[in-house]
Amino acid sequence: MSSQQTASSAALGKADSVPQDSYISNEYGIKSWLLTLDHKRIAILYLISMTAFFFLGGAFAVAIRLELLTPHGDLMEAETYNKFFTQHGMVMVFFFLLPSIPAVFGNFLLPLMLGAKDLAFPRLNLLSWYIFMIGGILALYAIITGGVDTGWTFYTPYSSTYANSQVMVAGIALFITGFSSILTGLNFLVTIHRMRAPGLTWFRLPLFVWAHYATSVIMLLGTPVLAITILMLALERGFGMGFFDPKLGGDPILFQHLFWFYSHPAVYIMILPAMGVISEVISCFARKRVFGYHFIAFSSMAIAVLGFLVWGHHLFVSGQSAYAGMVFSFLSMVVAIPSAVKVFNWSATLFKGSISLQTPMLYCLGFIGLFTIGGLTGLFLATLSVDVHLHDTYFVVAHFHYVMVGGVVMAYMAAIHFWWPKITGRMYPEMAARFSAIVIFIGFNLTFFPQFLLGYLGMPRRYHVYPDEFQVLNVFSTAGASILGIGYLIPMVYFVWSLWWGKPASSNPWQAKGLEWTIASPPSPHNFEQIPVVTEEAYAYASDAQFVSAFDTDDQAKQSSHV
Amino acid sequence: MSELTSNPGLAHHFEDLEQQHESMTLGMWAFLITEVMFFGGLFTLYAIYRWQYPDAFSESSNKLSVLQGAGNTVVLIGSSLTMALSIWRAQHGDMRGTVRYLVATLLLGSVFLVVKGFEYSHKFHDHLVPGAHFDVSQFLMPETQAHGALFFSLYFAMTGMHALHMVIGMVALLILIKRVRRGRYSAENYSALELMGLYWHFVDIVWIFLFPLLYLIGRTWTPA
Repeated sequence: MSSQQTASSAALGKADSVPQDSYISNEYGIKSWLLTLDHKRIAILYLISMTAFFFLGGAFAVAIRLELLTPHGDLMEAETYNKFFTQHGMVMVFFFLLPSIPAVFGNFLLPLMLGAKDLAFPRLNLLSWYIFMIGGILALYAIITGGVDTGWTFYTPYSSTYANSQVMVAGIALFITGFSSILTGLNFLVTIHRMRAPGLTWFRLPLFVWAHYATSVIMLLGTPVLAITILMLALERGFGMGFFDPKLGGDPILFQHLFWFYSHPAVYIMILPAMGVISEVISCFARKRVFGYHFIAFSSMAIAVLGFLVWGHHLFVSGQSAYAGMVFSFLSMVVAIPSAVKVFNWSATLFKGSISLQTPMLYCLGFIGLFTIGGLTGLFLATLSVDVHLHDTYFVVAHFHYVMVGGVVMAYMAAIHFWWPKITGRMYPEMAARFSAIVIFIGFNLTFFPQFLLGYLGMPRRYHVYPDEFQVLNVFSTAGASILGIGYLIPMVYFVWSLWWGKPASSNPWQAKGLEWTIASPPSPHNFEQIPVVTEEAYAYASDAQFVSAFDTDDQAKQSSHV
Repeated sequence: MSELTSNPGLAHHFEDLEQQHESMTLGMWAFLITEVMFFGGLFTLYAIYRWQYPDAFSESSNKLSVLQGAGNTVVLIGSSLTMALSIWRAQHGDMRGTVRYLVATLLLGSVFLVVKGFEYSHKFHDHLVPGAHFDVSQFLMPETQAHGALFFSLYFAMTGMHALHMVIGMVALLILIKRVRRGRYSAENYSALELMGLYWHFVDIVWIFLFPLLYLIGRTWTPA
């Protein structure tokens, strides 16, 4: 990891076209990275560590899909399988999806978009990365020394009483990682409130910032509840305090209530920043102001608030009262409205826009389609009676993978392509990137669409064996997963390649609006030589088509040669 | 501008001390909200189980020492007073007075923890700590003993979490005292003291809720 950092920074430093005082080249050596207070460098630290976690989680997924290729337990026993899907979920949720867009792009971009020199609390920012890493290493320790087999949800009383795996270590790892999330949220919230440049009023903020504001509210209100829940779980497992143990007077369903009080809003911690990315990218590549700016901004806040009121839809079949079920069912329907508002507004943004299909835009369009499928199938599950049939089947697995992978990861890929020139000062190879975007889209759908059918037909999740008649669809799914895996490896290759041989990027290769595009690529350590004064709204794209030709690769070369 | 940026108390990424002060205060308030949610989980469990098992909770509550709890309440409120007074002295530029009141706060905090330590050790002696030696057969029927265990689990989790926050606060106080003595703060720049105060008062308020919930409600009042 560290050698990659220094290698990339050295390579960038050598290139003539990179300004010598960029945040990458102003200091060298491993210490200048590990002790940095620069939000941009901390974002890079997150990027590298989370990429590692992503491929670790992906490796577990590969093992799961291989096992499910046949109806029998050929590769592993039930216990091993339990550990693999638990660790896949735990690593992906807590060490990739939750921090992904906020910790990398939020960290890198918020001060740039706000016209600030840094986040409000740079030391806290670095601390949050260290906390994240300590949690991550503890989680790795738990995995290596025996693994966890409770499912990522840690349901009691299995986790507190019966599981013989490393539940305690994994629990402590998540407890610690949670504080990283809390500190990041706190930093963002204060930064957005107090660090905006003169003239940058709330309704001139990019929607990416609004999305991160809503996200930080959820991080601050939700994460502590997970922390205390895990702590009580640890006290029960370690000291026999029976908070959730029926034998000791406790109530196991209460654990589920507390767990989902955090973990359902946590889904919005993942998807809201993704939605922020989509708003940025789509307006740039449609050359149009985002349609219904205020509605998108407020729908983020509405999701943050309503998201806290729907957790009970995870407990429809757990013995929760039928009346509570009805209320939660209704509220879960309601939270679909602000999500739909966003999808409609993005679609309306495309209408009569000058659309160009650069890689970030491809991912964006993929996001809109897949997120819509993921969202609408969520409504099936929010419907009380339908959920009784679909609960704990592959339908649920397919649903949340459409939102998490089809939504969040697609947006993450859109973001990394869109801002890669800004972050590294290099262009990625466009054709390879488009190719991999299409491979990922095909691989994703081939993996997860059959799972909707499997779930509808009644295949339960979390089993390593299944009846023979489900094999055909499972073979499709595994085939899709291997395509998807290749799709994720291609960007890994060309991004690293581009650090050395990519075309130098101009300060604004997409001719996008926004403060981050007014400064050099990569930016200087203090971002802005002078604090900018903002005089126009976000997304003030001219409505004519003069920019379209700007995306011809020849023109890009011309622009960058001016730099 | 140059005058302001040359201020040693101003971090490079802030425009002026006011922006820095506002950011720090907002950050602390946001942090305290996360703390409310954190303790909120415990209070939720307490509320649910108290409602489910009122009798066992009352009987168990009788085993707590109101005298020690009430004494500690007075001590803690006193420490909040000295904390506030230290900020008041800082506003007047009297840094020696600030140190005096901070030390007083630290001492009162220690008194609280010592008393708490005695309470805990009594509970150990009386077999009231959940675990292998837990025994409430003296005052609870066999079928409600598990509920008594829940009460004491909550008692230790809630007061233990509170005590942990006190310890963290006292470490922060020590660091702060050292910094004030080194002349890091002045009548213009005392944000750190205010943040300390916010945190300390919060920990105090948590106890103000814990004391009646654990020691007083539903108690059988008998002459000591």
